[in-house]
Amino acid sequence: MERARNASAARMSIDLQTVKKIASLARISVTDGEAQALVPELNNILGWVEQLGEVDVAGVEPMTAVIPNTLRLRDDVVTDGNVREKVLANAPQAEQGFFAVPKVIE
Amino acid sequence: MTESTYRIHGATGDWEVVIGLEVHAQITSNAKLFSGAATAFGAEPNTQVSLVDAAMPGMLPAPNRECIRQAVRTGMAIEAQINKYSRFDRKNYFYADLPQGYQISQLYHPIVGEGQITVTLDEKHPNSATKTIGVERIHVEQDAGKLMHDQHPTRSYVDLNRSGVALMEIVSKPDMRSPVEAGAYVRKLRSILRYVGSCDGNMEEGSMRADVNVSVRKPGEEFGTRTETKNVNSVRFVMAVIEHEANRQVDVLEAGGKIVQETRLYDPDKNETRSMRSKEDAHDYRYFPDPDLLPLELDDAFLAECRASLPELPDAKRTRYETELGLSAYNAATLTAEVETTRWFESLVSESARAQGKSESDVARAAANWLLSELFGALNRLGKDLETSPVSPAQGAELLALVADGTLSGTLAKQVFEIMLETGDAAGKIVEEKGLKQTSDTGAIEEAAAKVIADNADKVEQYRGGKEALFGFFVGQTMKAMGGKANPKVVNEILKKALG
Repeated sequence: MERARNASAARMSIDLQTVKKIASLARISVTDGEAQALVPELNNILGWVEQLGEVDVAGVEPMTAVIPNTLRLRDDVVTDGNVREKVLANAPQAEQGFFAVPKVIE
Repeated sequence: MTESTYRIHGATGDWEVVIGLEVHAQITSNAKLFSGAATAFGAEPNTQVSLVDAAMPGMLPAPNRECIRQAVRTGMAIEAQINKYSRFDRKNYFYADLPQGYQISQLYHPIVGEGQITVTLDEKHPNSATKTIGVERIHVEQDAGKLMHDQHPTRSYVDLNRSGVALMEIVSKPDMRSPVEAGAYVRKLRSILRYVGSCDGNMEEGSMRADVNVSVRKPGEEFGTRTETKNVNSVRFVMAVIEHEANRQVDVLEAGGKIVQETRLYDPDKNETRSMRSKEDAHDYRYFPDPDLLPLELDDAFLAECRASLPELPDAKRTRYETELGLSAYNAATLTAEVETTRWFESLVSESARAQGKSESDVARAAANWLLSELFGALNRLGKDLETSPVSPAQGAELLALVADGTLSGTLAKQVFEIMLETGDAAGKIVEEKGLKQTSDTGAIEEAAAKVIADNADKVEQYRGGKEALFGFFVGQTMKAMGGKANPKVVNEILKKALG
């Protein structure tokens, strides 16, 4: 069913506006020139990925790991923390044990 | 189940309010959802942060079994479907309190599916109408850090202690129709969470907060467009948000406007909601399965332990208090609303039964009455609660036993209780030391009664002439003469005889 939907869907394509929106959501600054160059690049990538849609995967469970494995759970024990110096080490600005960032207020 | 009659009376007619709540409840655990850092409230900033919580490159999340277990137990407590297969997804957005740039949550395959919560609409009248409110799902996710804006003129301070703490998001169906129903739902949910022990329900410390979805419609029509008011942190505010937001929407619609689906903020000082324009773009979260985490698969043994460890829940307990212990509906509802109260009460009942050599159902009514009137009255007066009560359940049981065996009258018991509150001494010790024992010594009582009768010849005449209400006067005077220690039943008998 998944395959049929992909195959019949119109080939997904990205325009300049979408590139700018994705960049803005990802907080990546791109110039107009860069954005224009990214349109065909991203469309090429999508094109390659869409080739996968041609494979019939009806009845095939999604594979989540290469070797059969289950998610391991840890015990509820405090084993970490009290490393404030390390946590703040790379902060451009830290004051009184806090990260200090440009004011964000609603 | 009854239909709510709550309506907003607009210029164009009556409007019905439709409410759905997303409650974020902090899961009670020692360590965080995906790291070994501590969760305790009130620590120094950024001291309970691991490199996983700070999203340093290369750090991998490993789920905390207890957090998963508590989410499953919560689901079981609301009779919900438990999903043996669930998965974590990344919800992508940028904000200064979220170092990863995404929140690990569960969008596509939540751990708990549909369940339900039954609420009593008028909590002062426990036998009044109930309504069952559907729960859509519960999923497990990470909390974000905390921003402080008032510490510096141009900077916001970020504390990541809360970053990565486990939350359950409990999503209701849009089944509520009035502020009262929503308030009852939040209170009942909080009560269940505290019984289960999966969340401490402390709304002041932010352990429970609600996103309130409100829309309005003419009765019988399709749902209207909703708004979502974020992070409302008390039952009272939830109710105020609904009332305010429903009225605002009716005003907009009746003025010919449209409701915009948007996120709003509640300002308790002004009692109004306002739009959070900055979040306009935020709905594009670009969710995808978190590649760092395999699907979560629960086995039967795990589920069996979750179920076996569930305590008796509020509704079942309330019914049992009425049918097995013979309590009134009101007392049963009041005693079971808070888990601390039921624990104290059950301890008092079992100690009382032991002290008096009787069954629990024989002593439960007196214990309930004493706890709800005498003890709660005293705690209120002293500004204390059950946790800080100067009197323990065992001490209360000793006092009740002294009343039950006739050693103390009701009046004397109150006196002894006052001394217990002050000194923390045991009731028996106080009775011995202060000589507060009730007396049934007929000789002494007869003597006192005779003196009262002799001193009040005029009143005796009036009484014998038919003014029977004066009997209480003689009882009062005789009790006073006996220092309050006479057995009231014996006083009554003696006076009846003496006055003829």
